[in-house]
Amino acid sequence: MTDHSILIPILIQLTTALLLLFMWNRIHLQRRASVIGNAIGLAYAIYLFQKVYHQGILVTQGGGWEAPYGITFAADLFSASMILIASASGLAVSIFAAGSMSKRRSMFVFFPIFHFLLMGIIGSFLAGDLFNLYVWFELIIIASFGLITFGGGKRQLEGALKYVTLNLLASILFITGIAFLYGLTGTLNMADLALKTAEVENKNLLTITALFFFVGLGIKTAVFPLYFWLPASYHTPLSAISAIFGGLLTKVGVYTMLRIFSLFFLPDPFVSNVITVVAIFTLIAGAMGAMIQNDLRKLFSWLIVCHIGFMIAGLGMYTTIAIAGAVFYLFHDIIVKTNLFMISGLIHRITGSFKLKKLGGFYAHYPSKTLLIAIPLFSLVGIPPLSGFWPKLLLINGGLDTGSYWLIASILVASFITLFAIGKVWIEVFWKKGATVTPKKHFVTFSELRYIHKVGFVLPIAALGAISLFLAFGAGWVYTVSEQIAQELMNPESYIEAILNQNN
Amino acid sequence: MHRNNDDNQAGQMTTLILRTASTYLMPLLLLFSIFILIRGHYEPGGGFVGGLIASIALVVYGYANGLKRIKSFLQFHPGGLIPTGVTLAMLSGIAPMFLGKPFMTGLWLDQQLPIIGHVGTALFFDTGVYLVVVGTTLTIIFSIGEEIDS
Repeated sequence: MTDHSILIPILIQLTTALLLLFMWNRIHLQRRASVIGNAIGLAYAIYLFQKVYHQGILVTQGGGWEAPYGITFAADLFSASMILIASASGLAVSIFAAGSMSKRRSMFVFFPIFHFLLMGIIGSFLAGDLFNLYVWFELIIIASFGLITFGGGKRQLEGALKYVTLNLLASILFITGIAFLYGLTGTLNMADLALKTAEVENKNLLTITALFFFVGLGIKTAVFPLYFWLPASYHTPLSAISAIFGGLLTKVGVYTMLRIFSLFFLPDPFVSNVITVVAIFTLIAGAMGAMIQNDLRKLFSWLIVCHIGFMIAGLGMYTTIAIAGAVFYLFHDIIVKTNLFMISGLIHRITGSFKLKKLGGFYAHYPSKTLLIAIPLFSLVGIPPLSGFWPKLLLINGGLDTGSYWLIASILVASFITLFAIGKVWIEVFWKKGATVTPKKHFVTFSELRYIHKVGFVLPIAALGAISLFLAFGAGWVYTVSEQIAQELMNPESYIEAILNQNN
Repeated sequence: MHRNNDDNQAGQMTTLILRTASTYLMPLLLLFSIFILIRGHYEPGGGFVGGLIASIALVVYGYANGLKRIKSFLQFHPGGLIPTGVTLAMLSGIAPMFLGKPFMTGLWLDQQLPIIGHVGTALFFDTGVYLVVVGTTLTIIFSIGEEIDS
């Protein structure tokens, strides 16, 4: 069905970013405007979600040119729910940044770039055209370059260099894949590609093109063996920035993989095997890396890598139930990972350190905050009935159906090692006798902050914790949504139909 | 000690010929950039090229007479042109949505205007691009120039 208003989530972010640029050097105004803009964005995302949930796929053609010539934007249930989740964590990070960032000169550009980043993320969820998707990716990369160098210290620059180099390489591979695909089929509209790739005679070249996309997206998604940039760069920026990176950036890659490998690169046995093997190694390597870390944020970065494996595993099995598990895990992971990096920011603000060895006594001193932090930590491990448990159940179920026992084994091993790593955090940070850290000079500790800033720290962590709990206790409903998304992904006829034949 | 900074700087860097020529070149080039901007939709030209020509006009004048002179000529920081231009481009994209058409659909006036010709949302979009290009180029040139000066 044609509906031009699906672009409004993008336009809300763009308008907010522009308004913030006009408020160039009025930082207090910027903070408020950013939170308000994201709140409006979240409200609209909820509205869009329920609209898509009831009315089915909504499509608009940019410029009014019919597909496959126009620039197609389509919101199916997958896109709409991703926009909803992204807007929720966007709002949380916005509040967190408003509370946590000290007033420095470099602050002026943070909020506008942050909104451009969110705009790119939401745009890539809506894009129905591969080249348009590439443009949104570029927007995301450029905005994230700006954010990752934020603060301009030596450490930030070092992290940024690795990040920039590998992401540029990923973009080159991605655009090369796009060029191959255009040469093979003569179209870049994703729905049109679904029809055209089926007719391509040179299947080998198509498989190679699919691998180009897999490697390009694999770098962005941080799968084995292309993940090294992620733990090397995600612990350097400010916590609010790490939160949005860790929560959303890699997940955009996962979303795109799920989309293109179900729509027009239908995996043949070879590609399926590649994806499965990569998933197994990602799970194991990420978990192994997390085990030995002593820095809170490095540990969480490795866990990002590890848990990307769950979603790729779902794609590798390629059954409706496994894809549903991957989609469910995607929702859960965005919320939890965003929350974890904000939590590391809170712990750092209270104690002045990220090092597990130096931290301690958190439970004794801050029992109520510990309870808040416990929710995402245990959700991440997947202790039943918290939100990490249900998607893993679906994935293992899917694995039993397809007989992928190696995959099941690695999922279980990765889960146990995650449990071990989080257990280590719990013992070192919360239970261990309080080692008090002597903060550096000019370090403003949590207790010295104004009340409104304290709220800015704690409120988003509590809100995302509440969403995690909702995903856990409303798992029945979330499962229905994920299963419907998986059905739509596995049977894309309605998606193709909605884009190509919309004369009404 | 007081000294005329502008003249000193210009005297070191440039010749009298360039300085005199730039005084005449700048308005001509600015006018030409607007011409290129307006003819852009169906013929070669457009906001990007027009914006570059306009920035060249200002940069040539700046090199001949010192960056301070060009700053006092502009009276505002060129960085402000960037959000203004993007806003203009965005508004021209949103406008058709109010008429129930898809984002970025071209809307055109039926009548031709004298000199300008057909006017449509594309012209406003191009004007937005023009402003962004001028703003970005001048911001880059100014920040490099300031670093060299200091």
